[in-house]
Amino acid sequence: MTLKKLISAALLLLYLTACAGQTPGKQISQLTVMTHDSFAVSAELVAQFEAENQVKVNFIKGGDAGAALNRLILTSLSGAPEADVFYGLDNTFLSRALDNALFDAYDAPALAKISPEFKLDPENRALPINYGDVCINYDKAWFASKGLPLPQSLEELTKPIYKGLLVVENPATSSPGLSFFLASVAEFGETGWQRWWQALKDNGVVIVSDWESAYYTNFSGSSGRGGQPMVVSYASSPAAELIYAETPLEESPTGSIVAEGTCWRQIEFAGILKGTPRRDLAEKFIDFLLSKPFQEDVPLQMFVFPVLPDAALPEDFARASGIPAQSASLDPQLIAAKRDEWVRAWTDLMLK
Amino acid sequence: MKGMPGARWWKFLLWLLPAAFLLVFFYQPLAAILRLAFSMQAESGGQSFPLGLVADTFVFTFWQAALSTLLTLVVGLPAAYLFSHFEFTGRKFLRIIALLPFILPTVVVAVCFNSLLGPRGWLNVGLMALFHLSEPPIRLLNSLPAILLAHVFYNSSVIIRIVGGAWSRLDRKLTQAAQMLGANPWRVFWEVIFPLLLPAIAGASLLVFLFDFTSFGVVLMLGGPRFATLEVEIYTQALYLFNLPLAGMLSLVQLAFTLLIAWLHNRVSLPRYGKAALSAERANLRRPQTRNEKLFVLLTAVLLIALILLPLLSLVTRSVVSLEADRGARGEAQTGFTLRYYRELFRDTTGSIFYVPPALAVRNSVLYAGAAMLIANVLGLLASYALRYSGRVSRWLEPVLILPLGASAVTLGLGFVIVFRRAPWDALSFPLLIPFAHALVALPLVVRTLLPALRAIPDTLRQAAGTLGAGWMRVFREVDLPLLLRPLLVSMVFAFTISLGEFGASSFLSTGQNPTIPVAIYRYISQPGALNYGQALAMSTILLLVCAAGSLVIEKARLPGEELF
Repeated sequence: MTLKKLISAALLLLYLTACAGQTPGKQISQLTVMTHDSFAVSAELVAQFEAENQVKVNFIKGGDAGAALNRLILTSLSGAPEADVFYGLDNTFLSRALDNALFDAYDAPALAKISPEFKLDPENRALPINYGDVCINYDKAWFASKGLPLPQSLEELTKPIYKGLLVVENPATSSPGLSFFLASVAEFGETGWQRWWQALKDNGVVIVSDWESAYYTNFSGSSGRGGQPMVVSYASSPAAELIYAETPLEESPTGSIVAEGTCWRQIEFAGILKGTPRRDLAEKFIDFLLSKPFQEDVPLQMFVFPVLPDAALPEDFARASGIPAQSASLDPQLIAAKRDEWVRAWTDLMLK
Repeated sequence: MKGMPGARWWKFLLWLLPAAFLLVFFYQPLAAILRLAFSMQAESGGQSFPLGLVADTFVFTFWQAALSTLLTLVVGLPAAYLFSHFEFTGRKFLRIIALLPFILPTVVVAVCFNSLLGPRGWLNVGLMALFHLSEPPIRLLNSLPAILLAHVFYNSSVIIRIVGGAWSRLDRKLTQAAQMLGANPWRVFWEVIFPLLLPAIAGASLLVFLFDFTSFGVVLMLGGPRFATLEVEIYTQALYLFNLPLAGMLSLVQLAFTLLIAWLHNRVSLPRYGKAALSAERANLRRPQTRNEKLFVLLTAVLLIALILLPLLSLVTRSVVSLEADRGARGEAQTGFTLRYYRELFRDTTGSIFYVPPALAVRNSVLYAGAAMLIANVLGLLASYALRYSGRVSRWLEPVLILPLGASAVTLGLGFVIVFRRAPWDALSFPLLIPFAHALVALPLVVRTLLPALRAIPDTLRQAAGTLGAGWMRVFREVDLPLLLRPLLVSMVFAFTISLGEFGASSFLSTGQNPTIPVAIYRYISQPGALNYGQALAMSTILLLVCAAGSLVIEKARLPGEELF
């Protein structure tokens, strides 16, 4: 190939890229939805929504829950927000979003059917869409081969028989890490968590930065075949292991520890961003998120539970997902006030 | 101004495009985000910065980068010598392989290292079986050696390509003359070769140092939570703790230091010993003859294979080997060959709106990479000429061009979000925005590759051509271009691969439209499940293949009528 041909080819690519984004039919209105990275939905449902409302929906993945929220706050500080709707705010960050007056209230009709335990914002600026639990997952084969009993509480994790068996994520850089940390604060109180974490550190807890490393590098129950048979993940991860197994399995190779106080309940919210010029479309999109088809789509797309009580759960999902006896939770106001201070103290205790 | 016709406005024209590009796509977003950060600081009553944290982070960032650069040179320089002097079986293959780590997302590199060196990686499993150990003997992950190893793995090719390129263009007559005058090989190296190579070595080291200095994913994922570079701290402060003023402050420290380093580098790397005579690349290649030469070729090749080929190979192997046949009896891994992961890539099992067909991901990646390559090289060539003819001013302008390498990806990304978020400037209505952002990262590399080569062209050649009546266009085409072709191809390969793997600041611009291969990899690996894991590895292997194919095509480029190969 001569240099000339190479350059012509590159020019062609340049031209193609320039054309790639041209959406035909500019008269159709556009709705921009910012989501966290784990958002997923069936293409079919979105197409239906788009056809019914004569709109094109653009999804922007803004990082994980915390990062996406901070990005939105930042852009609304410097003028109008980047998007019309935000989906993926969770209860650990709820107060930060509300304090920054990010959302306009919307009393969606579907809210009437939803249990009050999910409606953490009485003014309906943040509307609950789904929930899930952050729990410890364990490697079934490993525990069976060692004949070791499963820990039945957070306290038991500090026993010598569990030395070096647990990997957790850093709460300063990981959303499940933060959730698990908050579960420990709920369990041992604002003054007691440091003692427990110190004991956990003495018992050889392994700390990594992110969920991917924890799950795929350190956890022995995943395909990464790491060194720790327990990992902080989601109650529904065993269901994903079952559904995305390589060969059809009878039961999941991993399980969730769901004993009282060991899991953290994560509720995810959506809201209409203040200042959107497309308020009525944004309302319709929120209604769509709370509609039965979307709610029934949620389990297999994102491995979380729908908030709508009459949404049916797929069988494999219901079978393999752990349902915690009693999840931990804390007042969102308290989290907002203390989170940064706690995380700093945790970092000093565990990483220095 | 020698060799170029006309007045000062020529220089001005040369600067125009690169300067406009940097202003719009680099300085504008950076200024916007820093302004916002510091206005927040003022509003909050100007609380003081934790200077201890800033100082500690800086010190760690600096010395891990210095150490990594040193180690990369230890591996890269012999390898550069190897590729620029010896012909041996597998030379081409190994050269391409050495480039591949450059594009891999850190998540995938973590997987590579884990499957090789992790607690149940091949090496540990092998050693445990061999010596009947009950615990894995190698505990590399989440440690400083893991960071250093990954940096060498990532950046060796920068040294190999830039220094190797310069080395192969050195005229052998110079060393032969020195030998004939009785100099021993060491003296020849230190007094003839090294001074002539210094600009290339210094330039490549600078790039490697800055890559290591701004390292993010490697430190976060392989180093673990106990290590934080400035970039990791900026990420945590900006996106998790929402302490934007502190993030802004850290970004400024990082930028100021980059500027300082680039300026210092500019002072040492100017050719001081006149121009090296040039020869075509292949002329210097020969088969190893003496026993020492054969040993050198063998040892260096083995080093490269162990450091670079093995981790890549473990990734590729893992993408076609199933280890999950029976989870219940996982004590002894049951292995079997499978193409299942690749087949699954083509199946849209969930019907998700975010499903990416692999062909589409490859198409998008190649489109972006080709566009970014062209943009970065056109701008880089203009900027290099401008610097070449700017005399003393270049000492101040060159560091400014290097600066994008030192900018924090998170800070710049947030700047992008603030500046380019509404039509017609967002990536939805202006799809070239993403290749432009990729080109921004590639531009310093392009300039560092082209500028030393351009400076090495003796003005006498151009003057001779001019005297013989050639116009400037003809001088460019018939004098400069043939001599610049090799370095130009090197910089094209770099720009192409950088764009393929780029997942830093430009990821903030992603709109969900036109997903690339790295985007697809993340979608799989961020979910639990054996199939997701396998598909992420299969997609990574595809990324490797696209990169290898792309750089092969680019390297085959030649001038019309030229017969180098």
